[in-house]
Amino acid sequence: MAILEVKDIRKSFGKTQVLRDISFSLERGQVVSIIGSSGSGKTTLLRCLNFLERPDGGSIAVNGETLFDAADPATQREAEIRRKRLHFGLVFQSFNLFPQYTALENVTLAGKLLAREDPDYKARKKELFGRIEAEARQLLGQMGLSDRMDNYPHQLSGGQQQRVAIARALALRPDILCFDEPTSALDPELTQEVLRVIRQLAQRQTTMIIVTHEMAFARDVSSHVIFMDGGVVVESGDPEQVIGAPTQERTRRFLDSYNQN
Amino acid sequence: MQLMLQQFPIVVHALNVGFLQTLKLFLVTGLGAIPLGLVIAFGSMSRFKPLSLFTRLVVWIVRGTPLMIQLLIIYYFPGMVLGHNVWGSGETGRFLASAIAFIFNYACYFSEIYRGGIQSVPVGQQEAGLVLGMTKGQIFYKVTLLQVIKRIVPPMSNEIITLVKDTALARIIALQEIIWAGQSFLKGSHGIAGALWPLFFTAVYYLIFNGIVTVALGRLEKRLDYFR
Repeated sequence: MAILEVKDIRKSFGKTQVLRDISFSLERGQVVSIIGSSGSGKTTLLRCLNFLERPDGGSIAVNGETLFDAADPATQREAEIRRKRLHFGLVFQSFNLFPQYTALENVTLAGKLLAREDPDYKARKKELFGRIEAEARQLLGQMGLSDRMDNYPHQLSGGQQQRVAIARALALRPDILCFDEPTSALDPELTQEVLRVIRQLAQRQTTMIIVTHEMAFARDVSSHVIFMDGGVVVESGDPEQVIGAPTQERTRRFLDSYNQN
Repeated sequence: MQLMLQQFPIVVHALNVGFLQTLKLFLVTGLGAIPLGLVIAFGSMSRFKPLSLFTRLVVWIVRGTPLMIQLLIIYYFPGMVLGHNVWGSGETGRFLASAIAFIFNYACYFSEIYRGGIQSVPVGQQEAGLVLGMTKGQIFYKVTLLQVIKRIVPPMSNEIITLVKDTALARIIALQEIIWAGQSFLKGSHGIAGALWPLFFTAVYYLIFNGIVTVALGRLEKRLDYFR
């Protein structure tokens, strides 16, 4: 069974239709890359999955559970959306770390707040917090940031900040981790260090959706590539096929623009 | 000069008494206006249009008219309508009326500073909180608030220093603050009449007190320097 099933997602901002009947599915442990030019709807799609935007039509199901169905108001209750979001993690282009917290605190904050909802939070607080911190340290270590845990975001490079953001998203153990152009704000060197950790995650069978402009990376890390244009999926399939031998004229033109410089 | 030296202890004592009232008005205004300003800020940012329009209208009126006139209206207008002075005739009544006028006036100014501060926190901060499963309340208290405080300390310092001096406006409804005390030596008080220097001397009180306020707020600003 697919871990994620997206059906006919539609979204408009005013009169502009940004997403037109987007459908795709994802198996556990797979990595899907979404490529396409700016304004093609990639980011909006990720934002719909993370409930930052509400689709006008279509449905989203994770592990067979319908999280959102535009036709069923029962799936759109504000109170439940917060919990549903936890199926997804999101890493932003601009990192969005919390500046007043250290790297470690950025990773533990949400977990500690969620722990408050544990029925015997008061009695187990120490144990819960201890576990959250230990996991956060381990994740930051995995990101190569063991010696940076007590630094504030402004003391870190962009690449380090983005790796903290990845650890922060992983700390809540999302079913699917989404990346919204994770390296677009970074120079080539820092880009490589971030791509390296994403690659490691792929090797560990982390289910991921990656919106990216790094074609070579998308080609070798993905199990599946989706090319979007004008709010529709123009072409999708095996990365070697979509990026290596595209069948659609629009895809070819898009990929050619990468080879020109 | 000799005369001034003779008058000095008497004047200082009277000015001290007046300054105590100044200080009281300053503190009460601060304690009232700082939280009330936040309520007004939320009102003006409300997505419920009638509420935000109404709040902005009130803020426009309060910021657009002299505080001195507001003091006069709050102190005298109820009496003109009801036929008796609702504040009572004593110093307590005058203080109460002054405090209400000052709190409301300053809350409106503060609310605009808060609004600017809140809106200057990038929307990505809130979105990051949302995707991490935080509630709106948690995002405000754990993520946004400290960033807002950091941003508003400098403009708030400005307003607070102005407030220290603005308390003198309460003189218009005869609140016995330090300007009133200084002025009393012109007309005659404590056996001294026709002395202008006590009024000039009140400036020293404001200057010293604002020095203390500046240092305190500067420390707060420093303490928030650890993040950007």
